[in-house]
Amino acid sequence: MSTLLSLRDVWVEYGDRIVIEKLDLDIAAGSFVSIIGPSGAGKSSVLRLILGQEAPTRGTILLDGTPLAPECGPDRGVVFQRYSVFPHLSALRNTILGMECEQAPLTGRLFGAARRAAKDEAATMLTAVGLGDSMHLFPAQMSGGMQQRLAIAQALVKRPRILLLDEPFGALDPGIRADMHTLIRSLWRDYSLTIIMVTHDIREAFTLGTRVLALDKRRHDPHAPHRFGATAIYDLPMRDRTENSLENHTVLPLTE
Amino acid sequence: MLGALPILLLAVLYIVMAASRHAANPADKILPLPGSMAQSMAALIFQPDQLTGQLLFWADTLASLQRLGIGLGISTVMAIVVGLALGALPPVRAALGPLVTGIAVVPPIALLPILFIALGLGETAKVALIVVGIAPVMIRDIAAHVAALPREQIIKAQTLGASSWQVIIRVALPQAMPRLLQAMRLSLGPAWVFLISSEAIASDVGLGYRIFLVRRYLSMDVILPYVAWIAILAIVMDVTLNFLSQRLFPWAHGESH
Repeated sequence: MSTLLSLRDVWVEYGDRIVIEKLDLDIAAGSFVSIIGPSGAGKSSVLRLILGQEAPTRGTILLDGTPLAPECGPDRGVVFQRYSVFPHLSALRNTILGMECEQAPLTGRLFGAARRAAKDEAATMLTAVGLGDSMHLFPAQMSGGMQQRLAIAQALVKRPRILLLDEPFGALDPGIRADMHTLIRSLWRDYSLTIIMVTHDIREAFTLGTRVLALDKRRHDPHAPHRFGATAIYDLPMRDRTENSLENHTVLPLTE
Repeated sequence: MLGALPILLLAVLYIVMAASRHAANPADKILPLPGSMAQSMAALIFQPDQLTGQLLFWADTLASLQRLGIGLGISTVMAIVVGLALGALPPVRAALGPLVTGIAVVPPIALLPILFIALGLGETAKVALIVVGIAPVMIRDIAAHVAALPREQIIKAQTLGASSWQVIIRVALPQAMPRLLQAMRLSLGPAWVFLISSEAIASDVGLGYRIFLVRRYLSMDVILPYVAWIAILAIVMDVTLNFLSQRLFPWAHGESH
């Protein structure tokens, strides 16, 4: 597998506070990377760096070998824990928004044949995430799980090189969360996605990821705790999950 | 219909008080009976004025509504244009924010003499008073609403390929619209205050002008129906704006699953 994204000696500092220190990371195309770590260990900072929401203080980030501009772009999709969907648009119109912005720079709206084509593509994607029957609902009429499905469809319709998930299932109840795990696994497989997921749920990190990164501070100075930043302290490759390993997790019944 | 009860009670109370005053003094002007109100109003509604040949009640209503409508219209356009720019573009906020705040904290009535001196006693000054009075508040409301949109939404739009312009017209503007209608509803009260004030001070037609004119003759039989008419107009506007908001922006009115 080829390297899609690499971070080279990346540091993030705010004033004299060091958040990330000396982070070196290569992420292969097609991998599902889970990032875990205690609060304040820079998980969200790493995500913001890859998203382009902020630039590293030192070091370089390469996407496909070219340096990443410090701005958000359509090659990196994102799903946040909340507020990822637009409350004033129906599910279908939420999903075609990405295509409208690309094809109509001035009005941000499509008409006629282009609109029909965009709608068809959006409808296919909504069906793929299980929202085929809810295309005309507004987000306020949907449950939390449905909203996250919509946010995923919205991002995937742009065919991003990398899909970033920021605690995407943290606000969902356990049953819905299990459904969402199955969904994201099958989407990852069907669309050959590269996914980076930040999560607090260690079980989720290990069941979903092909690789688990734990971020934390390697060193700690009790007199100046802010002077050491976090970095990847564990980088655990999981066994190959290209098979339906979620299904294989079920415990076999004992036979006499 | 429970809400009609106190209103009815108040009306009955008024009639009882008016009747008792008229029992003591049949020429009482302070609390006129419904009959005399109807008589005076009929003259204003149906009989052309001898001086101008106009039906005064309708001329007053039209003049006032026109001033109010133009003032509210200009303020609304300013609120959406300036409010969006202030809320969505930090450099604009840094440059214009203090000015808008400064204008918003000046009591508009204190500016009325300046407007009369600068713009004359005609329609412009009256409309300008309404705009000066309500536009800054509306602008600040819209700007605050836009600035409070979740950061995640903006980032999400950018990852969908939206430019700053597209974020403004596809994400910020549509979400500011229901707020704009609410801001209009809330500004109607102050707008009426400024309208009546400017009409009372210098005018020759208008609901406020008429009320302050007939005050000289203690004509409560005209003042009370005029006040009631203003109340009805204000309520109709409020209900219409609310209806429009529900109809155009159902997603903003908590229509949940």
